[in-house]
Amino acid sequence: MTTVAAKPATMAQALQRAMRDAMAEDPRVHVLGEDVGTLGGVFRVTDGLAKEFGEDRCTDTPLAEAGILGTAVGMAMYGLRPVVEMQFDAFAYPAFEQLISHVAKTRNRTRGAMPLPIVVRVPYGGGIGGVEHHSDSSEAYYMATPGLQVVAPATVADAYGLLREAIASDDPVVFLEPKRLYWSKADWSPHPVEPIGRAVVRRTGRSATLITYGPSVPVCLEAAEAAKEEGWDLEVVDLRSLVPFDDETVCASVRRTGRAVVVHESAGFGGPGGEIAARVTERCFHHLEAPVLRVAGFDIPYPPPMLERHHLPGVDRVLDAVARLQWEV
Amino acid sequence: MTVQELPGAAAAYPAFTLRTDPAPLLPDPEPYRVLGLGTDSPLDPELMRRLYEGLVRGRRYNAQATALTKQGRLAVYPSSTGQEACEVAAALVLEKQDWLFPSYRDTLAAVARGLDPVEALTLLRGDWHTGYDPRVHRIAPLCTPLATQLPHAVGLAHAARLAGDDVVALAMVGDGGTSEGDFHEAMNFAAVWQAPVVFLVQNNGFAISVPLAKQTAAPSLAHKAVGYGMPGRLVDGNDAAAVHEVLSEAMLRARSGGGPTLVEAVTYRMEAHTNADDATRYRGDAEVEAWRAHDPVDLLERELTGRGMLDETAIRAVREGAETMAADLRTRMNADPVLDPMDLFAQVYAEQTSQLREQAAMLRTELDAEDER
Repeated sequence: MTTVAAKPATMAQALQRAMRDAMAEDPRVHVLGEDVGTLGGVFRVTDGLAKEFGEDRCTDTPLAEAGILGTAVGMAMYGLRPVVEMQFDAFAYPAFEQLISHVAKTRNRTRGAMPLPIVVRVPYGGGIGGVEHHSDSSEAYYMATPGLQVVAPATVADAYGLLREAIASDDPVVFLEPKRLYWSKADWSPHPVEPIGRAVVRRTGRSATLITYGPSVPVCLEAAEAAKEEGWDLEVVDLRSLVPFDDETVCASVRRTGRAVVVHESAGFGGPGGEIAARVTERCFHHLEAPVLRVAGFDIPYPPPMLERHHLPGVDRVLDAVARLQWEV
Repeated sequence: MTVQELPGAAAAYPAFTLRTDPAPLLPDPEPYRVLGLGTDSPLDPELMRRLYEGLVRGRRYNAQATALTKQGRLAVYPSSTGQEACEVAAALVLEKQDWLFPSYRDTLAAVARGLDPVEALTLLRGDWHTGYDPRVHRIAPLCTPLATQLPHAVGLAHAARLAGDDVVALAMVGDGGTSEGDFHEAMNFAAVWQAPVVFLVQNNGFAISVPLAKQTAAPSLAHKAVGYGMPGRLVDGNDAAAVHEVLSEAMLRARSGGGPTLVEAVTYRMEAHTNADDATRYRGDAEVEAWRAHDPVDLLERELTGRGMLDETAIRAVREGAETMAADLRTRMNADPVLDPMDLFAQVYAEQTSQLREQAAMLRTELDAEDER
């Protein structure tokens, strides 16, 4: 890859660039979904792709999520690499049967004869003032389905790098795009990143580990900065990939710090945090100075936008949890 | 008063015109038939011989597979006895490069397309979900969820057309499957994309126990095509010559860029849904016997014998061939499949996750302990 001087870019632009580069390199890559063509997607993530590659490569489909993903399955069976867009998290639910019964299982059903290299892009999570059905964090459903990879970028670089990885993967990937980070900016030039399945320590620290991903990563980094005032030196692990899960990086961090808090937006009960806390406890029990805590969204249907700030885990709630780790200053 | 007559109606719809005249898309009110209507219509002797052989073998295959279920060799077998004309014709209209998208009841179509009968039964025997490589045979995995294979057929046909390949997809579904959302979405995508795909609905009267009248209020299932903007065709599903002709026309239309067709074949499931079903709870003997008088194998045999295309010697040869096939199937299915439990982890992902490697190691230890006992 040619080195390009770093320029400010948004996460949405990085995602768009990832699709554009993948489409330019590989004619098998097709983008399809509702409004992805002429409009460029409601978040403009597919902006310009139809113009550059034609409507056959970037296709406005009928408004039907099961149909979008179901036809993508057939396209992948014929050797294409479809990248489908589900317009919003909660709009993806009609496609669940295709996802669970076919996308996730076809490699296994056919003993490896028919892998399905499909990327399902899902703009997900809250914090943008969306009305009902526009702010769900649905990762627990996807995580619970063997055969799917589930990833969520938190940085502009990861948005590009992880999406390139996802498109190149021979297995299906549910690609969760944190909506409220679409407009986050960084000095950036396209470059490869750590592969799917590898967590990254975003900030090193000695006092405790914050285990997080997607939209909660900036929250945790901010919390770690604020915690310095209390004399706490927090480490922040960005999972990047929920499936496969990087036990190694996570547990190495917790063994160093002896304390851990899992932070995510989706509901805590039956949520990703329970699985992560259990894994950490099973592997690091003798290194732990305190129970693994969870800071999650409340166990409620996603609230109306005027109340969502009370639901979403913010810096204070993260710091309160850290305080509950029974600090010995 | 119609909408057009309402005051101000013309101004309210300034740009509205019907895009397509629905009349040519409508199915004929009676199912299309060829057999038993006299000898005016010519029949291709070679094709008829192939259909006849396929039907006889198919009937025997269904009987053998059902027997294997009773012997515990198959977990379940959804028989297509009575529907052999649809199954065999569907396979015979396909060119080598075409794709078949069968549902769980369409094992016979896959076998008639050339799939090894034992490979076709792995799903039902339970040794693996799909025992064959779909790309080699151009047969998608036998699909158990209802109608979910239909959008796959559309996507594959669409991809083939984008590639400029001469490929048509034929997708099979039952009458119950037409109520599913995926049926609707597949029809709609196919018509909008003008995908080279043919939908074959085998209306066998019942979705397990629920009769068609409780399934749909449409005049016929073929009528559903009109709303999507594709032709709907109604055919006697027990008339192998008619099913073959109607499907061939639809395949030709798809192949020549004319887009999708919905074909409804009116047929009847002579056996229960599966061995787990008791068909006497929802239908009477008289109905079953009436359909027995319209049996697809008898219909074709009578016609071909009457036309002098088939004699006793030929019939005996075909039946003996079917017996040989059944005996071979019996022998091979009676051998226990050799399974490696470690295969459970082999193809979940292209590359095993560390979690799966740990679980595989655990199973390995358990298996070794079993071996030592």
